[in-house]
Amino acid sequence: MADIHEAPHDVTPLPTYFFVFIALAAGTLLTWYASTINLGWANTPIALFIATTKAVLVILFFMHVIHSTRLTWVVIIASFVWLGMLFVLTFADYLTRFWAID
Amino acid sequence: MSDVTVHADEHVHHPFLQHQFEDLGQQHEASTLGMWVFLATEILFFGGVLMAYWIYRTIYPEAWALAGEQQNTLAGGINTLVLITSSLTMALAVRTAQLGSRRATLVFLFATMLFGATFLGIKAYEYNAHWHEGLFPGSHFTWHENPELAPKVQLFMVFYWGMTGLHALHMVIGVGLLVWIISRAWRSHFGPEYYSPVEVMGLYWHFVDIVWIFLFPFLYLIPHFGVLHG
Amino acid sequence: MTSVTYHDVQFLEPAKTRNYLNVDYGALSWLLTKDHKRIGILYMVSISVMFILGGFFALMMRLELLTPEGDLLTSDTYNKFFTLHGIIMIFFFLIPSIPAVLGNFILPIQLGAKDLAFPRINLLSWYLYMIGAFTGLLVVIIGGVDTGWTFYTPFSTQYSNTHVIGTTFGAFIVGFSSILTGLNFIVTIHRMRAPGLTWYRLPLFVWAMYATSLVQLLATPILAITLVMLMIERFIHVGIFDPALGGDPLLFQHMFWFYSHPAVYIMILPAMGVASEVVAAFTRKKIFGYTFVAYSSLAIAFLGFLVWAHHMFVAGISVYSAMIFSFLSYFVAVPSAIKVFNWTATLYKGSVSWQTPMLYILGFIGLFTMGGVTGLFLAALGLDVHVTDTYFVVAHFHYIMVGGAVMGYFAGLHYWWPKITGRMYPEWWARLGALLVFVGFNLTFFPQFILGYLGMPRRYHAYAPEFQVLNVMSTAGASILAVGYMLPLVYLLWSLRFGRKAGTNPWGAVGLEWTTSSPPPKDNFHETPVVTWEAYDYPAMLKAMGETQNV
Ligand code: HEM
Ligand SMILES: [Cu+2]
Repeated sequence: MADIHEAPHDVTPLPTYFFVFIALAAGTLLTWYASTINLGWANTPIALFIATTKAVLVILFFMHVIHSTRLTWVVIIASFVWLGMLFVLTFADYLTRFWAID
Repeated sequence: MSDVTVHADEHVHHPFLQHQFEDLGQQHEASTLGMWVFLATEILFFGGVLMAYWIYRTIYPEAWALAGEQQNTLAGGINTLVLITSSLTMALAVRTAQLGSRRATLVFLFATMLFGATFLGIKAYEYNAHWHEGLFPGSHFTWHENPELAPKVQLFMVFYWGMTGLHALHMVIGVGLLVWIISRAWRSHFGPEYYSPVEVMGLYWHFVDIVWIFLFPFLYLIPHFGVLHG
Repeated sequence: MTSVTYHDVQFLEPAKTRNYLNVDYGALSWLLTKDHKRIGILYMVSISVMFILGGFFALMMRLELLTPEGDLLTSDTYNKFFTLHGIIMIFFFLIPSIPAVLGNFILPIQLGAKDLAFPRINLLSWYLYMIGAFTGLLVVIIGGVDTGWTFYTPFSTQYSNTHVIGTTFGAFIVGFSSILTGLNFIVTIHRMRAPGLTWYRLPLFVWAMYATSLVQLLATPILAITLVMLMIERFIHVGIFDPALGGDPLLFQHMFWFYSHPAVYIMILPAMGVASEVVAAFTRKKIFGYTFVAYSSLAIAFLGFLVWAHHMFVAGISVYSAMIFSFLSYFVAVPSAIKVFNWTATLYKGSVSWQTPMLYILGFIGLFTMGGVTGLFLAALGLDVHVTDTYFVVAHFHYIMVGGAVMGYFAGLHYWWPKITGRMYPEWWARLGALLVFVGFNLTFFPQFILGYLGMPRRYHAYAPEFQVLNVMSTAGASILAVGYMLPLVYLLWSLRFGRKAGTNPWGAVGLEWTTSSPPPKDNFHETPVVTWEAYDYPAMLKAMGETQNV
């Protein structure tokens, strides 16, 4: 049990919060701007990439995960891994359903 | 047990230490872990409907593109900014609670609530518009442009209303929780050694923000990629 | 040295102190309790009612199947009965059974904690369960539901004219209760272990509950969102899963089974945990291969998520993904087999004492193995095409769920009954009950393997006359099984008043729960225990007891 009681949590310095906020706002404008120009197949990955980056920023800094216990990391990563299993194995069906069988 | 000695002084019972815990440190660790575990279930909850959405987007790209054109990107974008700002004020509220300044905590919590309400207001405006455009799925639904795509456009709208609705429900719950936290902050419950409720509230609020960070591109931007452009 | 704590406590019969049962009285002291022990009892009473109700529907179905003609129940009624039977038994009885009753009661004590991490959420979870269960009961009263417990679309969303929304809503709510229990357990196990209680000193029941909680947390949300989509589709008639409106029914099945295959592990993992406790206690040995048994629980929790589409082999999924799922299904059998192997190895050359919990666990090991092996048959693509939707499947999952999980629940109930109530149950009657359950169970379900193999489909109220002999056997078995289940109801209630006083440690077992009085005090321990011994340290305990006798 000793391992889990940490010293009182560090207080995040103010500039960190403001930088993160500016990055999030910039990301929002960027994703909106990117959606107005035709990049063909690349539009979707770009939008997803920006959204993921924003989410990671919120998780790491606003939600203090960067200072959190390893267990918190495990919880977060596990939930995405499980979601990944749902996606991958379900899409494995949809994407191969109409392949020909010889 | 090292911590027994470290926290020995806390055996002077803190008013908010619950009886099942040894000390406030243990209580804090338990409540944040509890919230994270809860958020993990939320990730799967929203993830599940996101997968259903994605599968139909793969099957019906044209209908998705048409329906995507009906979305008010400006309103969605502004709402994203509103939520991000509310996340900032929420983070600052946690910080000031940690530092033990009651006034600042109250101000930031209140600002967060206000931004949350603004978000819901803009969302209500959008809902109202869609309703009048006949874009609410079910018997009320109207789509004349190309009838053969109508059921699929409707399917998109099911996801649109369903996902934003679930998100809005979470927002409403969040605002309700904020009222409670504000009332506790008002009564000076929080301070450097006890601020877990604010922190846990923050985790929830940021999570709801993250959901929207994904919903915005999914429902407003992505639908028409590939088809209209390509 | 390690056992000093043990034998000290062992012979220290606490003075007549207040315990969790007599600290206060009155209905409100129960309905508003935050004590995990009382909440466990609330759950015990509620799920027992559900078990009886589900059993009633089962018995009616078996009576109908006594004769080939559909004479006792109309086909509509029969459809409703198997649906209600399934929903009640799975969502309202088996999923909460071991976790919410025994886990709630025993887990914090095994950890040396005063309570779960979130007592109020624990109570909330019971209330959610009750709301869900009452919704379910209401549906029974106002006319039932006929979709099968699987709620397959589009029948459930567009064509069935029974009370689908009410039922799914009930299951949805109960799902949250299950999530909250899992959340509480995970946090408690991580954050509230007594000093000295390291992970590798935890009883295997705790490991099993941990793995179960993982599954509850990671699978149930998908069921919840799926049921939401189902309700939306039925409510406003749009086509999320209805092919006529552009939806895909297979998507429903994927999402449903992403929950429901792991859900079978919510039922069986806790029973495995009980098995480890009981095997160790009644052979007086360390569990053979402790770490393997512990990690196999986690492995099951993980691998259990990768096999769900073996329920959809004939539903029209891609043949390629069917092959993958068939292949993966074999992996999940490995950790289960490891456990069976380790229990058997522990039993080997142990001085087994044949008390009731042990009898149930021996039954559990045999029947679970049988269910697992037939599961492997079903996971083989070619064979599954032959027996899918026949009584073979029914027999398979009853061997797992009834022969495995329910047996495990009864084993745990008897094992911890003295701790929970402070009274011993009458051993002779209990052994008789265990025997009747074992015999009745096999007589009920073994013939169903043969029936299924011969091609009798499930979910019909009439069948071809040549199947009658086996069906009569099955119904006869079900009657014996019913008697076997009624017996504990009678003698356990009887024991509350007339049972022998149990004392702190009636089985001479190791584990923190056997160091506190029976029934335990409100805060479980008079002072926070410090753990200095390894899990299942029976050899050291026996040695210590020998020494005290020599003195
Ligand atoms: C050794 C591991 C297991 C394997 C490989 C396995 C395999 C299968 C397969 C392939 C089916 C589908 C049969 C069909 O519909 O044609 C099935 C059905 C079923 N299994 Fe298992 N199973 C295993 C363990 C379990 C466990 C542990 C439980 C419960 C605690 C369980 C409960 C069920 C249920 C309820 C069904 C029927 C579902 C329905 O269609 O209503 N299985 N199993
Ligand atoms: Cu399965």
